[in-house]
Amino acid sequence: MTRVRRWLPGLLLVSPSIILIAIFVYGLLGWNFKLAMTDKHDEIAEIPGNFVGLENFTGIWSEERWGLSVRHAIVFTVVFVGGALVLGWFLAFLMEKGIRAEAGFRAVYLFPMAVSFIATGVVWRWLMNSATGEQAVGLNRLFHYLGLDFLQWQWFRDPDWGMAAMAIPAIWQMSGYIMALFLAGFRGVPEELREAARVDGCGEWGVYRHVVLPMLRPVTLSALIILGHISLKVFDLVVAVSGKQIITDVPATFMWTAVYDSHDPAKGATIASYIVLSVAVFVVPYLIWDARKGKRS
Amino acid sequence: MAAVAVSVAGLLTLSACGGGDSQGSGGGQAAKRKVEVFSWWTGPGEADGLKAMREIFAKQNPNFEFFDAAVAGGSGDQARALLASKLQANQPPDTFQGHAGAELQGYIETGKLEPLNFLYDELKLKEVFPQQLIDQISVQGQVYSVPVNIHRSNMLWYNPSVLKEAGIDGPPKTIDEFITDLEKVKKTGKIPLSIGSQWTLVHLLESVLLGSLGTDAYNALWTANADWSSPEMTKALENFKTILSYTGSPQDDWQPAAKQVADGEAAFNIMGDWAYGYFHNPPEGGLGKESHKDFDWAPSPGTDGTFMWLSDSFTLPKGAPNRDGAIAWLKVAAGKEGQDAFNPLKGSIPARKDADKSLYKDYLAWDLEQWANDKLAGSIQHGVVANDQWRQAITDAVGLFQQDKDVAKFQQALVAAAKNSGQ
Repeated sequence: MTRVRRWLPGLLLVSPSIILIAIFVYGLLGWNFKLAMTDKHDEIAEIPGNFVGLENFTGIWSEERWGLSVRHAIVFTVVFVGGALVLGWFLAFLMEKGIRAEAGFRAVYLFPMAVSFIATGVVWRWLMNSATGEQAVGLNRLFHYLGLDFLQWQWFRDPDWGMAAMAIPAIWQMSGYIMALFLAGFRGVPEELREAARVDGCGEWGVYRHVVLPMLRPVTLSALIILGHISLKVFDLVVAVSGKQIITDVPATFMWTAVYDSHDPAKGATIASYIVLSVAVFVVPYLIWDARKGKRS
Repeated sequence: MAAVAVSVAGLLTLSACGGGDSQGSGGGQAAKRKVEVFSWWTGPGEADGLKAMREIFAKQNPNFEFFDAAVAGGSGDQARALLASKLQANQPPDTFQGHAGAELQGYIETGKLEPLNFLYDELKLKEVFPQQLIDQISVQGQVYSVPVNIHRSNMLWYNPSVLKEAGIDGPPKTIDEFITDLEKVKKTGKIPLSIGSQWTLVHLLESVLLGSLGTDAYNALWTANADWSSPEMTKALENFKTILSYTGSPQDDWQPAAKQVADGEAAFNIMGDWAYGYFHNPPEGGLGKESHKDFDWAPSPGTDGTFMWLSDSFTLPKGAPNRDGAIAWLKVAAGKEGQDAFNPLKGSIPARKDADKSLYKDYLAWDLEQWANDKLAGSIQHGVVANDQWRQAITDAVGLFQQDKDVAKFQQALVAAAKNSGQ
């Protein structure tokens, strides 16, 4: 009886969220995977769809649009994650050197976080207008004024590297947050360790190379996972910048057109499954690593 | 009738408009039954037109109350997404807006709509709508919607002074002339043909197909024995490729592309006749330009004598909670009074042939004249000839073609799209 009294109130307290998450996250995830394995390619008709196994999952690779959207997602992810990590680290590095009015700068760099991807996208759509020469507006216009006409390019409409341009607003938005993470990481390195390294004849660069950077590894990993999962499921930014165009197609926008324009729920569910799986590839190893670490300590 | 691009406001409204359509006001007042009319007319002009029809409806039906279930978002993307889920759950509105033609096909095949032949007979609508229109919206002899207005898709908009500067006498009559003229404009350094986002290219494609293939061959593309792999089609797609090589950098949507023509930056633009309102209306909603002077129009090259139409229409879903009210609304939407109240405000023409001509001025007068005399062809982009799956497959093919410019692959994709459409 006393044992029950110990765990029951706690369980009751968390049970609403357990139930809600079980239904609305894992229940619907399961429902989505089930739908993806049927041939329900018609949204309106009241057919449940027959089980077809992994046919949809393999079939989609023969679609040119799918290959393109996967390629776009990879380019976007590499540029966005890499860019935000490097820029965030660099900003934190500068901050850490103890500049004046640090709090002010920190706030300025963090502000973009408060803006939604939609709002960011609307502004950057204008900044990244693809017109060049006399008709140029936005950044191309700025390059024109500065006499840097050779820098004008098609931005997100560039057939090969358009998605790299699409990553710029995302980097702008998230690098401040990454800076905050790194700054906390820098501050977590005890001054004594740096002192010790200096006493042992380490230069300032060496202190960073051998002492600070290794200690930032957990922070870097967290940042990588946070950015990675945002990047793989990016939708709002792409839609706000370019709408539903093949030139900036990513799996999430493909899913949207599959469900709402082609009225093909099974295909939409297949794409959704791939998005979940790709995010899981990022997150699950982290969770395992985290759990192991927890056990050790 | 405007952009296909997903608008931010639309996304927000979609989530906000989920509920809020419950029947019955309670309140205890004399039973005034609600009629839920689902549309995407929320923009300037179209919302005014809807209001005008609503006033007529209120006058004729004192015992019904009009309930406006409009969902914002140009071209009805958001509205249709919400509608599909409502119909799937068998909770239809009393009547909903849809593009007349193949766009409704999914609903018709799955038995979500009632045939309206009884209404057509009662109101003698077959006598007042053009026969070809009735043919093109009939499915196995049944009509499922009442067209309220007609827009024209195959329109060439041009800037007369830019043409003059390039030494072009008048708008091009054929596709070949068009290509010659585009080359002439290119030499002056202006943009020969302005374009917007991806959907405007599908819009351009339908005009080029119609102009290259001719009306009969174009209309045959949507029948059972269509041949998308013919050499004529290859030639038409080659034309499309050539024309694309003269386009300016893509604008965000159709309005900025049309504006380039009005501003004298570009010579030509091919867009539906909603562009007229944008060119002509006073600066709050348009550019305030003068027709025949600042901008001018012609049928898109090679399509004179053919009216590529699209139409907004209303339907009667099976299981409508207030069927009588819905029929009362359809009568207003089909009637002369309703159409003549709606269309001058929306900037379109009535589907009826007996409209009051004095209400339609300038472009609309020309348009009405063409509607009465031209052969008809249906639009791809705007839901007349191809169902949603097919249209999306064509859109994807155009988007991929825009990048690789590979005509053979493009044609293969179109052949596959026709085969897999299930239409």
